[in-house]
Amino acid sequence: MTDRKTISAAGPAPLTRRTALKGMAAAGGLMAAPGFVRYAQAQSSAPIRIGFQCHRTGIGAAYGRWYERTTAAAVKLINEAGGINGRPVEIVIEDDGTDAGRGAEVVAKFANQHKTDIVYGTLFSHVVIGSAPAAGELKIPYYVVSEGYHVASGQLNRWCLQPGITDVRAQVTSMAPWIAANAGKKVTMIYPDYAFGYDHRDYLPPALEKAGAEVVAKIAIPPTESSFTRYFPQIPSSTEVLYHVMVGPAVLTFVKELGEFYGSSGPKLFGFIDSLEAVDINSPGLEYLDGSHFWEGSPRYAQAGDSDAMKAYRAAVGIDDNGASANDPRDISTAGHMFGCWETLYVIKQAMEASGYRGPEDRAKLVEATEAISTIAEGPEHPQGDKVFDGKIHQVFGHQYISKLEGGRLNVVHKTSIEDSRYEPEADYTAQPF
Amino acid sequence: MGFGPHLLLAVLEGLVTSAVLALTALGLSLVFGVMRVVNVAHGELFMLGAVLAWAVATAVGGSPALGFVAALVVAPLIVGAVAALAERLVLRRVDYDPEATIVATIGLLYILQQLALTFYGADARPVPPPFNIRLALPWFGYSAYKLSIVATSAVLLLLSWLVLTHTRAGLIMRATQYDRETAQAFGIPVGRVYAAVFAIGAMLAAIAAVLIVPISQAHYLMGQDPLLLSFAVVIIGGLGSLRGTVVAALLIGVSDGVISMFFSPTLAKLIATLAVAMVLVFRPQGLFGKAAR
Repeated sequence: MTDRKTISAAGPAPLTRRTALKGMAAAGGLMAAPGFVRYAQAQSSAPIRIGFQCHRTGIGAAYGRWYERTTAAAVKLINEAGGINGRPVEIVIEDDGTDAGRGAEVVAKFANQHKTDIVYGTLFSHVVIGSAPAAGELKIPYYVVSEGYHVASGQLNRWCLQPGITDVRAQVTSMAPWIAANAGKKVTMIYPDYAFGYDHRDYLPPALEKAGAEVVAKIAIPPTESSFTRYFPQIPSSTEVLYHVMVGPAVLTFVKELGEFYGSSGPKLFGFIDSLEAVDINSPGLEYLDGSHFWEGSPRYAQAGDSDAMKAYRAAVGIDDNGASANDPRDISTAGHMFGCWETLYVIKQAMEASGYRGPEDRAKLVEATEAISTIAEGPEHPQGDKVFDGKIHQVFGHQYISKLEGGRLNVVHKTSIEDSRYEPEADYTAQPF
Repeated sequence: MGFGPHLLLAVLEGLVTSAVLALTALGLSLVFGVMRVVNVAHGELFMLGAVLAWAVATAVGGSPALGFVAALVVAPLIVGAVAALAERLVLRRVDYDPEATIVATIGLLYILQQLALTFYGADARPVPPPFNIRLALPWFGYSAYKLSIVATSAVLLLLSWLVLTHTRAGLIMRATQYDRETAQAFGIPVGRVYAAVFAIGAMLAAIAAVLIVPISQAHYLMGQDPLLLSFAVVIIGGLGSLRGTVVAALLIGVSDGVISMFFSPTLAKLIATLAVAMVLVFRPQGLFGKAAR
């Protein structure tokens, strides 16, 4: 009994039994050790969680669908190559309904409920503007793929960045000289009556004037409009170029009615591909666009001079030479914009690695590391082309493409230089405290 | 462009709006007139017609005209069946109580809208028009299809009037509208009349939607505007009055076309809403409605 007691108490008496116990404890420790190592690893290799604010429904749904596919393709490649800082990347998706109010809720949900490391992926300008204050309050980096001027204007806060797609002001600044030289000197603008349209309204006219052309009329169309013929009499007859940028479900109606109104005469057309993203350019009713020119962030149709990186990107995302889904030729991509998701994710990767990002406590360091990026080389991570990032205004500048619609496809006729798109920065986010 | 052509274009656009509006509002007016049910889901039945038109036209394939004609026949029939089902399963159960039916049809509105989002998706999809003819006027071009909508709508409205005034079915509907209980006492199956009227009302909306879908695509949120405008038309024209509905639709449609072209679309909506308020204040029964007995 005494013996047993001693053993069970594991007293200091040097008993053979105790030695045995010691051995067992050591063995137990050894057995536990791999488990412990596994646990230690789990902390450093827990996935980096990226909250994807996605337009799954609402007027941005077509963009959302393709932003999601591009994101999935990029994340798959990143994870296959070892993830970020040795940790896999996990995407958490929330639908914002392409709605500004819902957008802010989604950002808060990512920060508080999903506990994601960052928020990423928004396109529509009103959603970005609506969500940015939430990102600033919750101090969570907010990487948008929106192309609006709102980030670069300094109107948002230090947590909002746009490192994957050029903003509208830069886009129109770089294209104005081409429009003036090749399309015409008297321009009428048709644009949606909200923030994204205002970026065009405010920055195209000065750029055109610099290039020796002028805007003769500006026609704002409410985003809910479903019929457009009534606006066409406002187009002055002196118009040489009709500059159109429309979004939303009514684009087909717009083009069709324009064709009916003008017939074979009428001004030349220069449009933003935004008008026709996710829309088959050969849809019935779009014949009127034949021969017109479009801005494209990245060419929808495969071009003769495509780099290997571009080919690999298109294959990874799953689009064919016509810019449609490889699985369904009727499912047209939003190629003009979605490359921005791919490139933004690689910028996030670069900045996370540069800052040695470990978790939410390093969010400010991550923003600083992104601000420190200056030039971005063309390559598999940036298939659309090389870029310059301006850390002060959190905005990237890249090449723009002007394509002509001919023979049922869009062929690139002009590629702008990065210098063409630069403007005097009006803000400095780096001066803001975190 | 001179003032004359400008006005002509405004009136043409207004007539197209009126034509579609008159059909949609007639459906709403009929349902309220006969059943005393304010059908808030009317706009969604319109949307359902457009979405089904796309589905039918796509399934049929072949020439656009064939697909369109098939859609014009099949889509309203399906929408009518859905409406009849809703009448049987919901409206009858709440005994056509005015407040309860409003709430019930609001529920129906959301159910239809979300079903469309789930199964049809959030994209706007076009249906090719049966024919693509551009009428080249000296000042501008205009779609012949749009004008055909006006003609089709006029024929359908005339047909509705003939049915209501010159057939036995029309007589039964008018009798039920005039006095439900007396009609029942005379052996009119009021329950079946209600189901039929609700279905016909929905079918009129669906026909209007099929007509409009080649010029403005089918989209799951497209039902809101027609609903609001139909209410405006029904209030101004007088509930249950076919003549009032047509006159009010012309008034709202053409004034919308003219005002929004010469001034702004917002002003047009403003004036239409003001007109509704004025009618409610000074002539609550509507321009052509009969005062409550």
